Amino acid sequence: MTDKTVSLPEERRHGSFIKNNLRNYGMLISLVAIMLFFQVVTGGTLLQPLNLTNLVLQNSYIVIMALGMLLVIVTGHIDLSVGSVAGFIGAVAAVLMVTYKVDYTLAFIACLLVGAAIGAAQGYWVAYFKIPSFIVTLAGMLVFKGLALAVLQGQSLGPFPPTFQKLSSGFIPELLPETGTLHPTSMLIGAVLALALVYASAKSRSREQSHGIEVEPYAFFLGKSVVLACAVLYFTYLIATYRGLPNVLVIMSALIALYGFVTRRTVIGRQIYAVGGNAKAAKLSGIKTERLTFFTFVNMGVLAALAGLVFAARLNTATPKAGLGFELDVIAACFIGGASAYGGVGRVGGAVVGAMIMGVMNNGMSILGIGIDYQQVIKGLVLLGAVCIDVYNQRR
Amino acid sequence: MTAMLEMRNVSKSFAGVQALRDVNFSVEAGQIHALVGENGAGKSTLMKVLSGVYPHGSYEGTIVFDDEERRFRDINDSEALGIIIIHQELALIPLMSIAENIFLSHPPSKLGVIDRDEVYRRTRELLAQVGLRESPDTLITDLGVGKQQLVEIAKALSKRVRMLILDEPTASLNEADSAALLERLMQFREQGIGSILISHKLNEVARVADHITVLRDGRTVDSIDCRAEPVEEDRIIRSMVNRDLAHRFPERSATIGEPVLEVSNWSVYHPIHPERQVIKNVGFSVKRGEVVGIAGLMGAGRTEFAMSLFGRSWGTNVSGSLRLEGGDMVLPSVAAAIDAGLAYVTEDRKQLGLILADDVRKNITLASLDQVAPGRVIDDIAELKVASDYRNRMRIRCSDVYQETGQLSGGNQQKVVLSKWLMTDPKVLILDEPTRGIDVGAKYEIYCIINELAEAGRGVVVISSEMPELLGICDRICVMNDGAFVGEFPATEATQEKIMRAIMRNDRNYESGEPEAAEMGGSQP
Repeated sequence: MTDKTVSLPEERRHGSFIKNNLRNYGMLISLVAIMLFFQVVTGGTLLQPLNLTNLVLQNSYIVIMALGMLLVIVTGHIDLSVGSVAGFIGAVAAVLMVTYKVDYTLAFIACLLVGAAIGAAQGYWVAYFKIPSFIVTLAGMLVFKGLALAVLQGQSLGPFPPTFQKLSSGFIPELLPETGTLHPTSMLIGAVLALALVYASAKSRSREQSHGIEVEPYAFFLGKSVVLACAVLYFTYLIATYRGLPNVLVIMSALIALYGFVTRRTVIGRQIYAVGGNAKAAKLSGIKTERLTFFTFVNMGVLAALAGLVFAARLNTATPKAGLGFELDVIAACFIGGASAYGGVGRVGGAVVGAMIMGVMNNGMSILGIGIDYQQVIKGLVLLGAVCIDVYNQRR
Repeated sequence: MTAMLEMRNVSKSFAGVQALRDVNFSVEAGQIHALVGENGAGKSTLMKVLSGVYPHGSYEGTIVFDDEERRFRDINDSEALGIIIIHQELALIPLMSIAENIFLSHPPSKLGVIDRDEVYRRTRELLAQVGLRESPDTLITDLGVGKQQLVEIAKALSKRVRMLILDEPTASLNEADSAALLERLMQFREQGIGSILISHKLNEVARVADHITVLRDGRTVDSIDCRAEPVEEDRIIRSMVNRDLAHRFPERSATIGEPVLEVSNWSVYHPIHPERQVIKNVGFSVKRGEVVGIAGLMGAGRTEFAMSLFGRSWGTNVSGSLRLEGGDMVLPSVAAAIDAGLAYVTEDRKQLGLILADDVRKNITLASLDQVAPGRVIDDIAELKVASDYRNRMRIRCSDVYQETGQLSGGNQQKVVLSKWLMTDPKVLILDEPTRGIDVGAKYEIYCIINELAEAGRGVVVISSEMPELLGICDRICVMNDGAFVGEFPATEATQEKIMRAIMRNDRNYESGEPEAAEMGGSQP
């Protein structure tokens, strides 16, 4: 294979490399541009440690659900019920923990299991009965919105046990002596993470090179690594000067890494994309398409439940209105992140970036004092614009 | 009698492939003109030129209708003159009523509001004319195929048809419905309507046609006036298939071993109409190192048979015994079939074979990911090596294995599909129309690959509608018609005429007892 590596003149290689990667990094660049824009117009408020921490806390449940929604969208389906399911699970958690004083670990696990059961129930109709997911989950949206109201009897219920609240409002414990305002443990974790990322990409690059695979030019690799490491370090630094890493950020990061790995590197991930890309061809290649579709809905149910718990813990109360409209933000995040409505295309990183774009815009516009009315108008236009650009790029 | 329609020196080519070459074709008023030829002989292309689907300027030659040269821009132009084509796949809307379908495009109306009384009155008239006793309110989906065909004809009549083109009208009809339809055609003849009948069923053609034109490779090769001379079935068949073997085939020396796949008493029913038996208790076998061809016309049941073997991926109520290397097997799913050593390369590459948006590498490994994924985690280097290896071995022309398969040519796409199935290391490969839509050079490469597969001791089954191809690459040819095998020839004895005759004889026997059939049998030497 070594002789197959085509060596082009340096400049041409750089040119084609930029062109090929622009699409992958396009949304990331947009996110950076949007952040810079709001950083300037808000006079530096956006990236203040307190605001940045709030930004993470406010958007964690959207990101968590976007991971599940991405898989559902990749298989060519949609789940409109996630907001209602998250609200319903918050209500169940409140009833268990507040009314019946169930131990919070037990309640937590029970809630995730209920989420899985909800996902299984909806997935069954979609995968095996071939009822369009739009209809099944529209029904689910109504059912669980109603059930949340019924479980809470129309009232808010709280507060949660303090340990459970830590899920959303807690920060990782400080193990090292504090130095002024900086939390050293968080900073250390950030530094280790930055190094690990650079090391992993360097190792994979040299491994590919040793097998004669064409890799990105060295200058790009170096530049990318430096930018990545600096971004991680700077971000942790900002967070660490407030109260350190929020627990939910750790959970979220672990999930992002896990789903990124599953979608890119595992058999099941590859098969999910194949089902979305061409279900008939996948079936004739021996892939159990129904079972995979079913599985993506179960997974979505669990993640919606987790998001519901995070949201309830953050508000420290379960309200019948919790979760209202979440599904729209989650679905928008996936599509802004480059997922295809026809299935088969979409990346975990894209969905996360999409969720962050929505989050930064919400946050930035709120700081600027733009009313909720025009915020929605602008968000709607951004969604349409992002998908238009994507469709245009694919046609080209 | 002067001709109502005359097509003079019509030629048409697609991207360098000559589909029609100087075809002359004429139909008189009140004449039934049959157009026969193999799949791909150019019948449909000629009719598309006539009906304006291929507009004036995209072909050479002239069309004269009613003594005037016509230049149709689209199908509306030809319909305005009363030239109506009824396609093999009916173009009715299933969930609308008969009346709504007949008057879909130009319903009688007053001030833009549909005049329902008029619609019903005229629908009843038209239905009476075609002899269909159904209420105008009946939904199309509640009608059988035969009655749907009659609705199509009623629709044509509503447009004041002067020339009716029927593309394989009886292909999906039973005897009684076919007979009724042909009866209608003969009535139209009395009314001075010209008809063009495209059909594979020579007995029908012989029964109703006034004139027969045979097309082969885009040329008119025979023209028979049935009123002047007797219809000889053999003459038609010879005209249809007789040609020089234009393609070259690689040398083949077979070493045939033990049977590897044996099927007996195999029966399959239609998934949507479970009362219809599509595969009728057939037996079939392939030996190691043997290439077996399955010949037959479109709709003979070949694909359905192959897919039902492949993990019951087609049909319901599949029964019969299947033995692989002497051991009885039950293969309830595609995964089980792959594990057992079966592979099926579909005839529809784009819809069923490939994930076009994915790259070459992902498509090659899709059916055998476990080989490159120890512990269910894909080793991307191992995967890349396997994919590159197949790319070199099969000479897949692509920029690299990360190229989208949708961007490749048909031949290279087919090699990707073949790679995918070779990677599963099958004992038996079933190739369904492996060279459809592929240029001549790539065809030769595919034939070489088939040879190599057989030499490696695998059993290969090739389903093809191109008879020269089967004759060129197979050791044995089985002929399927109407869900059953109706003939089997060793390659040394097989000829196109024998195969065609096996098919046609069977079609005729299907309607045995008809006096015409007996007469035709008598006219043979």
